Amino acid sequence: MTEGPELVGGEPEIREQPPWLERVAPRDVDWRSLALIPSLAVLSALVVGAIFIVFTEGFDAILPAYRALFTGAFVGWSSISETLLVATPLILAGLAVALGFRAGLFNIGAEGQMTIGGLVAVIAGFSFEGLPAILHIPVALLAGFLGGALWGFIPGLLRAKTGAHEVITTIMLNFIAFRTLDYVLKLPGIQAEGRFDPISQPVLPTARLPRILGWLPVDGAGGLRLHVGLLVALAMAWAVHWLLFKTTWGFEFRAVGANPHAAKYGGMSVVVAIVLVMTLSGALAGMAGGNETLGVLGRASPGFTAAIGFDAIALALLGRSHPGGVVLSAILFGALRAGGRTMQVQSEVGIDLIVIIQALIIIFIAAPELVRAIYRVRGGKETGQLTRGWST
Amino acid sequence: MRLELKNVTKRFPGVVANDSVDLTVSSGEIVGLLGENGAGKTTLMNILYGLYEADEGEVLIDGKQAKFAGPGDAIAAGIGMVHQHFMLVPVFDVTENVVLGVEPTRGPFGHIDIDEARDEVREISSKYRLAVDPDAIVEDLPVGVQQRIEIIKVLFREAEIIVFDEPTSVLTPQEVEDFFGIVRGLKEAGKGIIFITHKLGEMLEIADRIAVLRRGKIVGEAKPGTATKEDLAEMMVGRPVDLVVDKAPAQPKEVVLSVKDLVVQDERLHNAVNDVSFEVRSGEIVGIAGVQGNGQTELVEAITGLILPLAGSVTIGGEDITLASPRRLHQLEVAHVPEDRQRDGLVLSFDLVENLVLDSYYAKPYSRGIVMDWGEARRHADELIQQYDIRTPSAQLTASSLSGGNQQKLIVAREFARDTKLIIASQPTRGIDVGSIEYIHQRIVEERDDGAAVLIVSSELDEILALADRVLVMYRGKIVAEVPGSEATAADLGLFMAGAGV
Repeated sequence: MTEGPELVGGEPEIREQPPWLERVAPRDVDWRSLALIPSLAVLSALVVGAIFIVFTEGFDAILPAYRALFTGAFVGWSSISETLLVATPLILAGLAVALGFRAGLFNIGAEGQMTIGGLVAVIAGFSFEGLPAILHIPVALLAGFLGGALWGFIPGLLRAKTGAHEVITTIMLNFIAFRTLDYVLKLPGIQAEGRFDPISQPVLPTARLPRILGWLPVDGAGGLRLHVGLLVALAMAWAVHWLLFKTTWGFEFRAVGANPHAAKYGGMSVVVAIVLVMTLSGALAGMAGGNETLGVLGRASPGFTAAIGFDAIALALLGRSHPGGVVLSAILFGALRAGGRTMQVQSEVGIDLIVIIQALIIIFIAAPELVRAIYRVRGGKETGQLTRGWST
Repeated sequence: MRLELKNVTKRFPGVVANDSVDLTVSSGEIVGLLGENGAGKTTLMNILYGLYEADEGEVLIDGKQAKFAGPGDAIAAGIGMVHQHFMLVPVFDVTENVVLGVEPTRGPFGHIDIDEARDEVREISSKYRLAVDPDAIVEDLPVGVQQRIEIIKVLFREAEIIVFDEPTSVLTPQEVEDFFGIVRGLKEAGKGIIFITHKLGEMLEIADRIAVLRRGKIVGEAKPGTATKEDLAEMMVGRPVDLVVDKAPAQPKEVVLSVKDLVVQDERLHNAVNDVSFEVRSGEIVGIAGVQGNGQTELVEAITGLILPLAGSVTIGGEDITLASPRRLHQLEVAHVPEDRQRDGLVLSFDLVENLVLDSYYAKPYSRGIVMDWGEARRHADELIQQYDIRTPSAQLTASSLSGGNQQKLIVAREFARDTKLIIASQPTRGIDVGSIEYIHQRIVEERDDGAAVLIVSSELDEILALADRVLVMYRGKIVAEVPGSEATAADLGLFMAGAGV
């Protein structure tokens, strides 16, 4: 048997469940792996991050930096609003990646799907002048959904029909999406009038996602940027959970991910499942793009996705590809980002530290045995075979 | 050399895997360790090999206490282990695999002296008549030869006591004979051997002494000369076991499965099944005998819709299903117990509930539209677990937590519990314990008596002889003989299986 992806060929190559899948998308998420291990990983990352601060700014900088980080993330309505605002697209894109993981598919293309989804949502958002907001917002969000769906459908179809590996095709489609965005943004009718740089027309007010914290009895509540996209994202998390665990489709997706041979034996269509999962995954990422353009930016410009689609891979891992875990991880990442900005302003430590801390969290999560060893966490251990043969 | 395990106890949460076990083996003898799956054989051997530490008891070598912190210590003490699943690097050649981890080196930069190793491998191979080419690439070699590489690995490390863990489960009947010759050669050369199996016949053939393990305890010792299969089975299971299937003569009725001129290609595009035609009637069991790899796998996969045949036709109850999907066969009340239960029959990471609806989830009562009714599925699972005596603490545990026999029962339960018009069972009792074999055989006969047409494919002659009302022998992709079950003998079938009379 040859290892690695097969790029061409007739029948889709049915692969055994890759060993990483059980780690990435485990069946039973016990409290240790869902809450304790990630918390310890975050703690460890902050400790190692502190070492970086010592080297760059000195020992005395640690406490003010981390205090600012915490304040900026959680203290006060403004901080909470910013944390959740950053978390919103991360939830949607994280769900996209997690859904793929559950079906054994590695969707690296969330960034590209976000790009196309966000672009299409913007176009729908500045078109349809005169449409009331109650219709315009769903139409624009749906446009993002469909744009992303298309960008996920393509690699899904290629994988199912030709065996072309989704890791390769989604990465390539990312590049195509970025350049497509650059091109489309300079087209007449799309480009903002009077501008020579690639930037779209602004989204009409009727398609902007309304802010939801204006009712708070605090000063400046009207300025809190958190918008209705958060509720959409939470609804999607619930929907993905329902789909995966309460429906026949989800049963098929999970079976195909865990053991495509047995899925076929059970009368499931592996091809249909792969195409559907990739399409839905792309659609969720597309909604993340629409969420950014309709909710925060109000227009599309090159690189508006800001690597959210790549962070999504990390946080799907962190959340063990469980919709609840994804929501919690997205909020954590949102807190790090939002708090990081405050940290940058209030202390000498730059926001680059946040990138390092995020990377460290992933390293600690990817090596759960390391965390278990450091903190002597008992139970729930991956009881892997001590020995493994290849010839069976 | 004399190896002793004394009073060894090993506990895992909720279970005592080994309960004050005593076992000794000396140079020049073969000790058989017999026990059902889950009886604690593997745990015991892992303690011996330094993979686990015993909670109580000790390991003695020539009367002196030995402490193994890991397999390295055990190897250094002269203990070698040939695992059930081989640990070889497929793209390396034989010598490279043998020296892996103990590469002979010279010079300050640790230059590997592979030629010296190659000579030594050749020497070992000829001394023990293993017939292994030191230069062959491992992935090109058949399973039987790969096993001999594992033996060379152990000998290269100068083992005096060799443990074989279920060594015959991957071998064809001929390979088993060759293998026994090799084991006897090792014994004559003064090696001490622990031979682990759950196959009674093999145990009686090869072992000098047999120790029987049940639920972690040694429940008895037996001598091959005086003990019978029935004695061993009873010791192993803890109750008398019926090794002969009790069944009335078949009363075949209408044709259910009809296979005509079927041609099926394997992955390498050879005609694995070549122009095969046969029928199976309601109320009869047709057995397909043959050495593994003569086209049986492809035949069953083509009938059950897992692969498409190249030519010919398959009809079930008059409906042409040559190109039908597994789903259509499920709707036609075809039960399929697949050859490789872990690859095709189960999703190991799914729980029992999910596995028990793996092929019937798509319709009522387990789903309505696309919404699953897990409550109904759970009720169904609890019922089947009771009815089919699947040993598990809970239906919510994953299938991977079950023993092999219980995994097979899980599949049998799923497939037999619904209405069945046709049952296709491939190697239905491979690698499972005596108690489970007895049970599954009884269920198959019951299904026949209820009017199902049954097709059994097995490379175990005993199984074919016990079950089949009619025996077809497959050799090189063709049906080469048909014998009524009542007249079939192991000797005749063995000849046909080897290609005689073609």
